[in-house]
Amino acid sequence: MPKAKVNGVEVEFEPGMTVLQVAELAGEEIPRFCYHERLSIAGNCRMCLVEVKPGPPKPQASCALPAAENQEIFTNTPMVKKAREGVMEFLLINHPLDCPICDQGGECDLQDQAMGYGRDGSRYEENKRAVEEKYMGPLIKTVMTRCIQCTRCVRFITEVAGVPDIGLISRGEDVEITTYLDKAVGSELSANVIDLCPVGALTSKPYAFNARPWELKKTESVDVMDALGSAIRVDARANEVMRVLPRINDDINEEWISDKTRYACDGLLRQRLDRPYIREAGKLRAATWAEAFAAVAAKVKAAKPERIGVIAGDVQDAESMKAALDLFGGLGVTSLDCRQDGAQVGGGQREAYLFNTTIAGLDQADAILLVGCNPRLEAPVLNARLRKAWISGRAQIGVIGERVDLTYDYEHLGAGPASLKTLVKAKSGFAKVLKDAKNPVIIVGGGALAREDGSAVLAMAAGAAKTFGAVREDWNGFNVLHTAASRVGGLDLGFLPGEGGLSARQMVAKGALDVLFLLGADEADLSQTDAFVVYLGTHGDAGAHRADVILPGAAYTEKNGLYVNTEGRVQMASRAVFPKGEAREDWAILRALSERLGAKLPYDSLDQLRAKLFADHPSFGQIDYAPGAATAAGFDLGAVGGKGEADDAVFGPAIKDFYLTNPIARASVTMAECSAVAAQSRAKLVAAE
Amino acid sequence: MVGILEDKDRIFTNLYGLQDWRLEGAKKRGAWNATKDMLDCGRDWVIDQVKNSGLRGRGGAGFGTGLKWSFMPKEVKDRPHYLVVNADESEPGTCKDREIMRHDPHLLIEGCLIASFAMQAHACYIYIRGEYVREREILEEAIKEAYEAKLVGKNNVHGWDFDIYVHHGAGAYICGEETALLESLEGKKGQPRLKPPFPAGAGLYGCPTTVNNVESIAVVGTILRRGAEWFAGFGRPNNTGTKLFCVSGHVNLPCNVEEAMSIPFRQLIEDHCGGIKGGWGNLKAVIPGGSSVPMIPAEQCEDLPMDFDALRNLKSGLGTAAVIVMDKSTDLVRAIARISYFYKHESCGQCTPCREGTGWMWRVMERMARGEADPKEIDTLLDVTTQVEGHTICALGDAAAWPIQGLFRHFRHEVEERIANYRSGRPHVQGASLIAAE
Repeated sequence: MPKAKVNGVEVEFEPGMTVLQVAELAGEEIPRFCYHERLSIAGNCRMCLVEVKPGPPKPQASCALPAAENQEIFTNTPMVKKAREGVMEFLLINHPLDCPICDQGGECDLQDQAMGYGRDGSRYEENKRAVEEKYMGPLIKTVMTRCIQCTRCVRFITEVAGVPDIGLISRGEDVEITTYLDKAVGSELSANVIDLCPVGALTSKPYAFNARPWELKKTESVDVMDALGSAIRVDARANEVMRVLPRINDDINEEWISDKTRYACDGLLRQRLDRPYIREAGKLRAATWAEAFAAVAAKVKAAKPERIGVIAGDVQDAESMKAALDLFGGLGVTSLDCRQDGAQVGGGQREAYLFNTTIAGLDQADAILLVGCNPRLEAPVLNARLRKAWISGRAQIGVIGERVDLTYDYEHLGAGPASLKTLVKAKSGFAKVLKDAKNPVIIVGGGALAREDGSAVLAMAAGAAKTFGAVREDWNGFNVLHTAASRVGGLDLGFLPGEGGLSARQMVAKGALDVLFLLGADEADLSQTDAFVVYLGTHGDAGAHRADVILPGAAYTEKNGLYVNTEGRVQMASRAVFPKGEAREDWAILRALSERLGAKLPYDSLDQLRAKLFADHPSFGQIDYAPGAATAAGFDLGAVGGKGEADDAVFGPAIKDFYLTNPIARASVTMAECSAVAAQSRAKLVAAE
Repeated sequence: MVGILEDKDRIFTNLYGLQDWRLEGAKKRGAWNATKDMLDCGRDWVIDQVKNSGLRGRGGAGFGTGLKWSFMPKEVKDRPHYLVVNADESEPGTCKDREIMRHDPHLLIEGCLIASFAMQAHACYIYIRGEYVREREILEEAIKEAYEAKLVGKNNVHGWDFDIYVHHGAGAYICGEETALLESLEGKKGQPRLKPPFPAGAGLYGCPTTVNNVESIAVVGTILRRGAEWFAGFGRPNNTGTKLFCVSGHVNLPCNVEEAMSIPFRQLIEDHCGGIKGGWGNLKAVIPGGSSVPMIPAEQCEDLPMDFDALRNLKSGLGTAAVIVMDKSTDLVRAIARISYFYKHESCGQCTPCREGTGWMWRVMERMARGEADPKEIDTLLDVTTQVEGHTICALGDAAAWPIQGLFRHFRHEVEERIANYRSGRPHVQGASLIAAE
């Protein structure tokens, strides 16, 4: 490896690294504003200037300069110090210095670097520039006078998010960052620009003036808004979640999160079930835990096991599903289901329902086929990965399903199962691309699985994977993209209808059951069921609306829980705040209920529950591990899915409204606003066309 | 006209448009003569000849043209090569490329063919300044003639398939910077790129590209015809050839003139421009190479050879050889304040020092032109210019800083005097009235 000297200290570096990266290898901090590891290099802030020998006798922008063998890099010379002070002074002459009323205060790069690298005062005596605020939608608040034109937001929105909504207009000192024609930023990843903005120009609108960063307790956790399990940090003050921010996890979300992940958190304060309720004479009345348990126990005891059903919701932790499985399975109940949307997956080999390529593995893919999958809505962060594969020119993408804007170009190969059949038989076109590809990938989405013939479609997709050689010993290109955070956990547990058991769709039919236990399940259509409905959950949403007894549970920020993401990666979520009011953690409620039912669960603490979980289902014991291609050798594609013929109906959308997919998001005012704005811009598009 | 250069040695024999610019006229003056023979000598010969002629880029920086050409990859691999001609002539005071394009366009087109051949480019783009509407029309007409005569295009008589395109800019000074020009040519916002990579490695559409000034390209045909030694015979070593000078300001006959490089300033003015208005004693300062180079005071001018090295030694530069002469009636502070305004207006706004610094410098200069400043602000201003100079992506930051540095290097006392007058209640009237008029 080549060597360079940083302030006299020799370091080895990999070819292709920039001077900035080499300096960091040597432990030297280089101040920067425009440079960001995951965006293209702009080199415009000029804060990262260093002295380089051999080189011209002027400071060089280290972020853009390739490091060279035997280069000498200096970050502490008078020339560098003066350059940094000069750039800092320039950045501040038109910056309002309104830190006391700026939401970025305390976590502002400009503030920190002005302290570290600036002079104590300014020599600028003219008037400062002022810039009009811009409208960027309901999430991004702008104070454009604070902008230092680093263009990180522009680069993120165009490169990663893939929409052309933010740009830099005018020139010279009149340059402004703006959206075109005051349009809301039309991306599901838009709010990441708030994190990227090194100053207070783009701040969080819903969080405006709510808290200072040093007041917040920060808890590292995982997200449940989609099946990716993005790494997040939950910032709370007292018992209130103030905001959710991304953490870096290169295997999953790099450092982006979707707007829903970030902003559904205000839903954690609204519509909350904070005490048990019992329905009497058609009306819910507040009750004590004892009364609620008594009411549930009476009905459950009276019903035959085959007349009892349990549906697990989309944001449920594995522990509560395990407790429910143990409790009701012990009672002889076989009608259990964790697939509210009716997705025809589960049972059999684990690889048949996992995202086997792994999210990071998409970086190696060179041909990608999406079947009934709209990743932009089902998993926006994953969509950014797909876009990355496409923008690098590495991967070609084909879609069978809805023709929607995925932020990248793709070949539309058809809309339904028939097109998949044609593709498998074809010799040219995209079939050839898949066949010739080194690492082909097939992703089956919710739109293909959540239908009556879902298992047949899955079998067809597996057949396609076989035809195109997507699975081999060191590569597994067969993927299922789930939409719910709890789904893979539920499937791993076998939270599925047993012998003679009913599926979720059958359970909610009229006269199917006597007792229906909803474990945080709000997406099932409850309009027909005449069973006694028990709802254990967090929000006054569809389930609670229909419930006869409500048992208030804990939301994902209020309990320690395990979630298995779509790759099969088990991750731990941590408690940031306590459950609301009298609400309790879900597993503890089920444990208490089991005692009333005379079928006491054999664990008294979460640790004991987890010990049993790991013993019964060893896959849960491997925290933060995604099997990926490791199990590809034993994966039998022929056994995937079910028999039968797929019908010709086209693949529909798995998600109707991205912003309102779960009870937390539906309780969120911010999400409601986003949904309305998105609907409005869709309507506008139609009118204009 | 006297001067050093004899009429027989002029390259631009129709500089004043007195003759026919069309193909027929151009051929009579020598253009397109023996071009095929030159190409038959091979590209190494062409590049060697240009190197031996000592031709330095005429766009301002004065980088060896032959050397620049030799940076292009030797073999065409997966990416095509391009020649881009920078005809975005916007440097205040400069008006030489314009005369070439409207009066001698065929010299340029011939030069494009030869240069493209030397670099193995099959396509050449001429990026012409937005304001040059008539010039573009004539150039396009001339290109049409060349196509019709099979001088360029597919299967032309020279045996080198070659297409030439004219692209009309939109009037931004920054698009004269070579990488901003490439951005603009690609249809993007004209903002300079980071270097490296240099255009010879990754230029237009990421392909190897050479960007040359109009004059650098237009002289190539004649150099090859008359020989590198002939061209190298003019001027001083390392500053050879003939050069178009654009003399403006307080001379009796402002003009464009082709002269030998290194002509003494006094001879240039006396022989071609009818002397300084009011006589030599009335000369105050000269900006020798377009608005972006520092001015030099009268006492340094007289025997000064007008070439790259001599001017660099005076901490100025030949730039585009746009000589702006200022006599004693000139309010130098006001003049530099106006130039500062130009750079503030033309800064692309991409990088911090230039975006923020040009506005700052202009505002202070504007006050200093009125005298409304503190004497210690002069040092602050000079410090600000050094904070801009050398810290930016492109050279516009330098170009904005140098005129101010030049002013204070030689005429600091004038500014101090003006500030003192203002502070003692005698404001500078000329400056004030100019502001009112604007």
